Amino acid sequence: MKIPAFSYHRPESLDEALGLLRDHGDDAKVLAGGQSLLPIMALRLGRPEHLIDIGRLPGLASITVDGRGKVIIGALVRHAAAEGSTDIAGHAPLVSEALPHVGHTAIRTRGTVCGSIAHADPAAELPAVALATDAIMVAESSDGVRHIRASDFFEGYLQTALRPDELLTEVRFPPWPDNTGAAVSEVSRRHGDFAMMGVACTISVADEITAAALSFFGADSIPIRATEAEQSLVGRQPDGDAFDDAAKIVMSTLQPGADLHASAAHRRHLAGVVTRRALAEATSRIGAMA
Amino acid sequence: MTLAGDTLTISVTVNGETTELTVETRRMLSDVIRDDLGLTGTHLGCEHGVCGACTILLDGRPARSCLMLAAQADGSEITTIEGLASTDGTMHPVQQAMHDSHGFQCAFCASGFMLTTVALLAAEPKPSRERIRRELSGNLCRCTGYQSIIDGVETAVALIDTEGSDR
Repeated sequence: MKIPAFSYHRPESLDEALGLLRDHGDDAKVLAGGQSLLPIMALRLGRPEHLIDIGRLPGLASITVDGRGKVIIGALVRHAAAEGSTDIAGHAPLVSEALPHVGHTAIRTRGTVCGSIAHADPAAELPAVALATDAIMVAESSDGVRHIRASDFFEGYLQTALRPDELLTEVRFPPWPDNTGAAVSEVSRRHGDFAMMGVACTISVADEITAAALSFFGADSIPIRATEAEQSLVGRQPDGDAFDDAAKIVMSTLQPGADLHASAAHRRHLAGVVTRRALAEATSRIGAMA
Repeated sequence: MTLAGDTLTISVTVNGETTELTVETRRMLSDVIRDDLGLTGTHLGCEHGVCGACTILLDGRPARSCLMLAAQADGSEITTIEGLASTDGTMHPVQQAMHDSHGFQCAFCASGFMLTTVALLAAEPKPSRERIRRELSGNLCRCTGYQSIIDGVETAVALIDTEGSDR
């Protein structure tokens, strides 16, 4: 269907954009890449009265690495630009691992990293990556700036801690720890589709496993960490036995739902599969990064 | 600020020709390409980003014209299927290869597939069959079962290789 009518705003500065959000926040949506928002409108699942097109705002399309190795991705960094970034590959490798799974090439031309995170689809990769890496979301409004931790950011299905008057201007990924590998493993019906089950995984090894993150997407109404399984890995050797045990814990603790594409039992099974695959792949990548 | 039903004048370069257009801010780029510019080779299937029939090249990269307001395209360079063949009618190697290998049947999906292929071969002149499958995964075909399309891409690779053409 054609999208419902709305008022279109194309601010030229961040201040102007934040002013529009202050005035219209409750009835407004921010338009950046539009790869999730416009389909929602075309399906008439959403009818915002105002679209605030931030596509022309200056200074938001940069990828920067600070002196400590923190990676800062601005609101207008497209998936395609992030995918080709050696800074991200070197300093936030889990983001690089996830990007080829995000939609299709044509979607990644327009879609943005911050947009995926703000949209917070629970079956999407980048929210789970933000949660796995303890990323910080920078939310700006005409009242000021808030830094929101990933663990506090995702509140429910397509719901985040962003207030209606706030714009997600940056996502910051903390410096990549030493001896740490990253992998994203997912099962979807077609490459580029939303995952029936997937995991964004990091593992740190120094003689033994010192830390691990298992952040699932397609598993619940928000991205979710399997903390019990993560803790079970610490102190063990990074081998098939440890990964099998972690996968068993994942399968017994995750409570995935059922839909047209997969039953809950099938999703639980897939959770074990992707856990084993991602842990092995992430381990094999330690040292290959940065 | 502009309001619902309001219009915006945009400048776009379509198939090498720069045009100024006054468009309703609510309208999609795909509709403007088809209805205002008369370039009906850009097809509309699902109109919510799933089928890939409306794929165009936006500043050289494939993009869904049904998932962009025309207003968002202001200042961009767009290639549609009509922009692939030479002005003398010689088909682009990707078109020639699809023709030679009977890539399509009904061809409703053809423009999207071929523009996606052009972008793929510009980025990766000799992609593996696996890479071709992955890159074309965002385009749906309900006739062929895809084998003939992927064969067509491989034919295009060979054709461009023998022609030494970088078109």
